[in-house]
Amino acid sequence: MIQIEKLSKVYRDRGRQVTAVDAVDLSVRAGEVHGVLGRSGAGKSTLLRCVNLLERPDAGRVVVDGQDLLALSGGRLRKARQRIGMIHQHFGLLSSRTVAGNVAFPLEVMGVPRAERAERVRELLGLVGLTEHAAAYPAQISGGQKQRVGIARALAGRPNVLLSDEATSALDPETTASILELLRDLNRRLGLTILLITHEMDVVKRICDSAAIMRDGRITESGPVRELLMRPGSELARGLFPLPPPRPRPGTTVADVTFEGDSADRPFVSSLARDFATDVNILGGAVEDIGGTRIGRLRVELPGGPAANTAQLAHLRGAGLTVEVHEAEEAPA
Amino acid sequence: MTWDEMAPLLRQGTLETLQMTGWSTLFTALGGILLGVLLVITERGGLLPLAPLNKAVGLVVNVGRAVPFIILLMALIPVTTAVVGTSIGTRAAILPLTVAAIPFYARLVETSLREVEPGTVAAALALGASRREIVGKVLLREARPGIVAGLTVTVIALIGYSAMAGAIGGGGLGDLAKRYGYQRFETEMMMIIVVLLVLLVALVQLLGDVTARRLSHR
Ligand SMILES: Nc1ncnc2c1ncn2[C@@H]1O[C@H](COP(=O)(O)OP(=O)(O)O)[C@@H](O)[C@H]1O
Ligand SMILES: [Mg+2]
Repeated sequence: MIQIEKLSKVYRDRGRQVTAVDAVDLSVRAGEVHGVLGRSGAGKSTLLRCVNLLERPDAGRVVVDGQDLLALSGGRLRKARQRIGMIHQHFGLLSSRTVAGNVAFPLEVMGVPRAERAERVRELLGLVGLTEHAAAYPAQISGGQKQRVGIARALAGRPNVLLSDEATSALDPETTASILELLRDLNRRLGLTILLITHEMDVVKRICDSAAIMRDGRITESGPVRELLMRPGSELARGLFPLPPPRPRPGTTVADVTFEGDSADRPFVSSLARDFATDVNILGGAVEDIGGTRIGRLRVELPGGPAANTAQLAHLRGAGLTVEVHEAEEAPA
Repeated sequence: MTWDEMAPLLRQGTLETLQMTGWSTLFTALGGILLGVLLVITERGGLLPLAPLNKAVGLVVNVGRAVPFIILLMALIPVTTAVVGTSIGTRAAILPLTVAAIPFYARLVETSLREVEPGTVAAALALGASRREIVGKVLLREARPGIVAGLTVTVIALIGYSAMAGAIGGGGLGDLAKRYGYQRFETEMMMIIVVLLVLLVALVQLLGDVTARRLSHR
């Protein structure tokens, strides 16, 4: 649904150059929720704004719903934008219009006749649960409600794609949860493809099917969320299961074991202890619910260096677990 | 002077002042909003970046604001004669009043437009709105309270300027004040004129405040 190829954007500001997006490839399949996670300044907003050409990339290709956007201009680009919804961190609502008026705005832009407009506005407000607030002004409603208006407005053109720029970053955790829920629901019911950017791990964890990590304008890893979490060395996994930097003592082996689904119910620690007659020391860990599956990570310490634990580690890997061994700084004497 | 002698003069003077201020307010509103919008949208990174036009409008506005009104009034006499046909009377005063007030109001409009949250413009662009729609439905609409407040300030300045224009041949209350209050020491006449002007300014301010408040939904 969204294909981005070798996309670059450089800002030039009085001789200073900032490469905000650096040859990024990104692909989002139809019906998928894809999250781009990264710190502030990583270039996420720039990347997203290049998808509907609010920002003109310096190089690369942007194809949305089969349409090469860079080939469009003027009225045809505006038409294409009407089919790409966008929601914003600070909502971007018109303070001079009521909730209904804000939702009507894109319909006016599209040239929908007045009578039909009123009907569509009612429908859209129903979809986001704001029917009672139709006559309120943005200043009179809460942040979560404002974002719901933003979502209703974004859906006015019946888009296949929704772009979300930190849509929940200005909201408290409870409101964030309800907005994410709504996005998930729209994704399922309308088959809406969602590309969202965020700096919050939690957003990726809650609603994303696939994710990418962005840093200094580049995508450093990407793929289905569950796959990323099971991938050794994954930054996403490190973010989701925060463990202190490992400091294996000489003569021991410290390994992070990531398990998914039913292996969470399999007692690998006790089977390891039983089958190899070894002491397993648990240093830390966490279990998270990702899209209905439990994924967990446990940091264990085994006596003896990695060489002495080859069989044990192979046993864990054989059981379908991802095992990441942290090397000791100095070899045991 | 008796009241019966003063009344028709005052009625006529007030009418002329209202005429001068009214017409010049209308033209100033149109011109000031146009220039204010141009100043904002033609700048670098604006909706319609046009650096040369932006510089030109900026220059005109700055020069217009730098020239004191009394000098502008005299300097414009040839232009007024050419356009209006005469350089004296109420109608002739409208041109210099408008020329003086447009740059002043354009800056006020510019300031209110800059206060429109940039996120609303980006959101409208993302919804496929055209430049024209963004100027009309987003910038001007969102900035309406500020545009009205700015116009209030401008109208009050115009009332003051119109008295000055009147004093050099434009008619109105300023002309009356000069001829009767200043040259013939009719203190009573002078006092009434001052009171009338104060009332007029207060009324404009009140109307402006109420309108701006009603338009604001922040
Ligand atoms: N309009 C701009 N002009 C100049 N530099 C910009 C502009 N927008 C963003 N940048 C720079 O580009 C980089 C990426 O910004 P942004 O895409 O906003 O990152 P993020 O959304 O991940 O926080 C930052 O270094 C930022 O300073
Ligand atoms: Mg950002």
